[in-house]
Amino acid sequence: MTTAERPPLSKKDYKTDQEVRWCPGCGDYAILNAVQGAFARLQKQLHETVIISGIGCSSRFPYYMETYGFHTIHGRAPAVATGVKVAHPELDVWVVTGDGDAMSIGGNHFIHAMRRNVGLKILMFNNRIYGLTKGQYSPTSEQGKVTKSTPMGSVDYPFVPIALAIGAGASFIARGVDVFGPHLEEVIVKASAHTGTAMVEIYQNCNIFNDGAYDGFTDKDVRTERVLYLEHGKPLLFGSKQDRGIRFDQDFRPQLVSSATGDLGAAYVWDETLDNPAPAMALASMSEADMPVPIGVFRRRVRPAFETLVNAQLEQAKASKQETLQELLLQGETWVVK
Amino acid sequence: MQQDASGALVHKHLQDLDQVVIRFAGDSGDGMQLTGDQFTRTTALMGNDIATFPDFPAEIRAPAGTLPGVSAFQLRFSSFDIHTPGDAPDVLVAMNPAALKMHVKEIKKGGILILNTASFAPLDLKKAKYDKDPRTDGSLDELHVIEVDLEQLTRDALKDSPLDQRSKDRSKNMFALGILYWMYQRDMEPTIKMITGKFAKKPDVVAANLTVLRAGFTFAEATEVFQTAYRVAPAPMRPGTYRNIMGNQALCLGLVAAGQKSGLKLFLGSYPITPASDILHQLSSYKHMGVVTFQAEDEIAAVTSAIGASYSGCLGITSTSGPGMALKAEAIGLAVMAELPLVILNVQRAGPSTGMPTKTQQADLLQAMYGRNGESPVCVLAASTPADAFEVGYEAVRLAVKYMVPVVVLSDGYIANGSEPWLLPDVDQLPAVPVTFAKPGQPGQKFMPYARDPETLARPWARPGTPGLVHRIGGIEKADVTGNICYDPDNHQHMVDTRAQKVANIQNDIPPLVPLGAATGDLLVLGWGSTRGPITSSVLKLQARGHKVSAAFLRHLNPWPQNVGTLLRGFKRVILPEMNKGQLAMLLRARYLIDVESFSKVNGQPFHSEEILTHLQRALQEIEP
Repeated sequence: MTTAERPPLSKKDYKTDQEVRWCPGCGDYAILNAVQGAFARLQKQLHETVIISGIGCSSRFPYYMETYGFHTIHGRAPAVATGVKVAHPELDVWVVTGDGDAMSIGGNHFIHAMRRNVGLKILMFNNRIYGLTKGQYSPTSEQGKVTKSTPMGSVDYPFVPIALAIGAGASFIARGVDVFGPHLEEVIVKASAHTGTAMVEIYQNCNIFNDGAYDGFTDKDVRTERVLYLEHGKPLLFGSKQDRGIRFDQDFRPQLVSSATGDLGAAYVWDETLDNPAPAMALASMSEADMPVPIGVFRRRVRPAFETLVNAQLEQAKASKQETLQELLLQGETWVVK
Repeated sequence: MQQDASGALVHKHLQDLDQVVIRFAGDSGDGMQLTGDQFTRTTALMGNDIATFPDFPAEIRAPAGTLPGVSAFQLRFSSFDIHTPGDAPDVLVAMNPAALKMHVKEIKKGGILILNTASFAPLDLKKAKYDKDPRTDGSLDELHVIEVDLEQLTRDALKDSPLDQRSKDRSKNMFALGILYWMYQRDMEPTIKMITGKFAKKPDVVAANLTVLRAGFTFAEATEVFQTAYRVAPAPMRPGTYRNIMGNQALCLGLVAAGQKSGLKLFLGSYPITPASDILHQLSSYKHMGVVTFQAEDEIAAVTSAIGASYSGCLGITSTSGPGMALKAEAIGLAVMAELPLVILNVQRAGPSTGMPTKTQQADLLQAMYGRNGESPVCVLAASTPADAFEVGYEAVRLAVKYMVPVVVLSDGYIANGSEPWLLPDVDQLPAVPVTFAKPGQPGQKFMPYARDPETLARPWARPGTPGLVHRIGGIEKADVTGNICYDPDNHQHMVDTRAQKVANIQNDIPPLVPLGAATGDLLVLGWGSTRGPITSSVLKLQARGHKVSAAFLRHLNPWPQNVGTLLRGFKRVILPEMNKGQLAMLLRARYLIDVESFSKVNGQPFHSEEILTHLQRALQEIEP
């Protein structure tokens, strides 16, 4: 049966018969919905799609997707997925992970997958807390965070995952938010189209252990004023009237411009394909308190994927040297005893 | 005095020997490994049986002339079947005072010492921690010492070479090799061919090395100090085509052979670690055979990428040594739980922690058996000689894919870097490695990822990409058959039992343990891994003297062959030499309630056959009336 003869897949075709067991009100539900929406839009074939996760609340994700799924061990999903993708580049391989899984115990695999540009789509759910272990601070928790393991407040400086991904050389970097469903779906569609590693940070609310972590810019009454939507080829403008924007000074420090001060025209025109990582790094590192929060695509660079290069070497080697197993065993100096 | 027909050996003796043990020792930069390797290849081609033991420091270049920088290569060749690279050398080639100090006490009484006298200045002696010049203090009196200034002789031979002094001096190992080639009447052609090929782009280096090699040969032939040359006749060997092989090489070939036979693509995930790195190197050179190698960011990524490859329908392999095994433990547990085939190669080295990376040990057995959380049974195999590693690698793949289970292969530094002649197998005669993937599912039919083969208890191997088989697996306990997450107590008990039974079922698939010697008697010497060589040679000696001694060697360590208990009970005493504190002995005692006596040695060096022989003789005196 060819794809054309099948009825089109709808969102519910991606749902499994397993009961979803995240806490009621968890941001993960909205993300699951956005992923299923994006997959239906893209008509992803169930059997060609593999979702690999580590450990944590987010990593239960594969059980709720009617695709191939592998719920592995803490932090290691990018490495397992690398094995799958290199061995079978034709598979559509997704990694679902969280801020603890990817930034802490699995930090090494996370950065190296991005460095190699393995063709993985990494959805990193960032709730800035450890949920499954019941509320310890995470590597993305803000300094001073009071949790069970930091009763006097955390003294750790947090990671900015987008900045980390830029540093690791990821070729596609984007950010979405659980409660901005249509935008998130769009970001996932764009990630899917990318060749090589696509890292999508998804701000996700943990309503049990870190409720309201993102309220400062996601609440309905503030979001239009506080969120900066990155759009390729368009100036960095935000606000309900699009009357404020961001430019960079000569040291690449972001500065606010506005129609009120008459310098809106200086707003930087966003180019997600730029070779120079500085604008993306500057936006990623902006203070959340004082500046708008950028979401959308930070970087999209065209580079051959790791699995393509690995398999090209294999083909090259096969073309230049043919050997039977018996010939292989006979390598080196041999002698015959009669 | 004998005379050669050509007259070349006039006034020189030619003596026949049935075996010789030679040890080359020098600075790490002196090319001792290469020298030993060349002698080995040549000798193998001449039809002798041969066994080798490279022994080198972990430091790439320790300070020149110091004791930690000494690198050695021992080889033994013979006109009969041998099992070890020998204990005490008949000949020691010592390139400097440090090499002399490290190895002189092991030379056989009356043995030959070929001593490079080029560097015996007070500073050289001090570096080697000699208070007095050992050449004059009487300490070498019991040896046949041949002093040769290799540096001067090499420089003389190369007086017309355009090379600089340092490069010239670097070929002094060829002078030593030339001397040995004359002493043991070796053919220089294979070495000449190798040098010509290796330095093809540097004709001056080729010329210098060949000149020095020939100069060494001629020097030994011409000077009075070398009175005797020796002949060692070829050993009777089973007919066939041979090549000399090291353990790591053979292991790789076994895996590739099984990959070809099964039709599976091999995927190696590995992180460099001594003494296993050569497996990564070698498999990386087999891209034309379709082998994928992935140098991962760490040991954990190495094993988990291999698990990913297995999950996707390739054969995942990971290679490492003890410290890496420790890091892989959790992931191996995942492969146990997900019931995926996986081959884990542990080339053991002296531990714990970093231990002594270049020294051998067998102390990772319990780690392989039990070094994971929970009840986490895996199949464990052990290679016993360099050539045996081929069969063990092959067997590991066969069992991993048939039972959908991780298989740990234990090798060790001694096997990995040691070498022996290998009778090449006929690939058509290798056993089949059948692989069945789950067939595409029909619409409306739900795939059951944990439905089991009634005979093996293996679950189906369902490749992602296959229509109708979508399913989820993971490290969480799951219900049998459906694979859905399940915390039910009865189900967990059932799954723990099933995973154990699946590994136990392998027992029906492996041959019984066949002893070397009678199936009953006074003393059984049991071994696993690289102790096979020294055990074999000591047991054969005792059998020749009429003692009721047998030996047996376990290749399958989990599960054991069915007849192990019966065999052990057939002897008055059972002795188990192991390069650990008695790990297999403990397991056997626990399982069979038999008083298996451990003979333990954990000093980073392989057993000498002499020490096993002495130990067995003592035991026999107690048993025999």
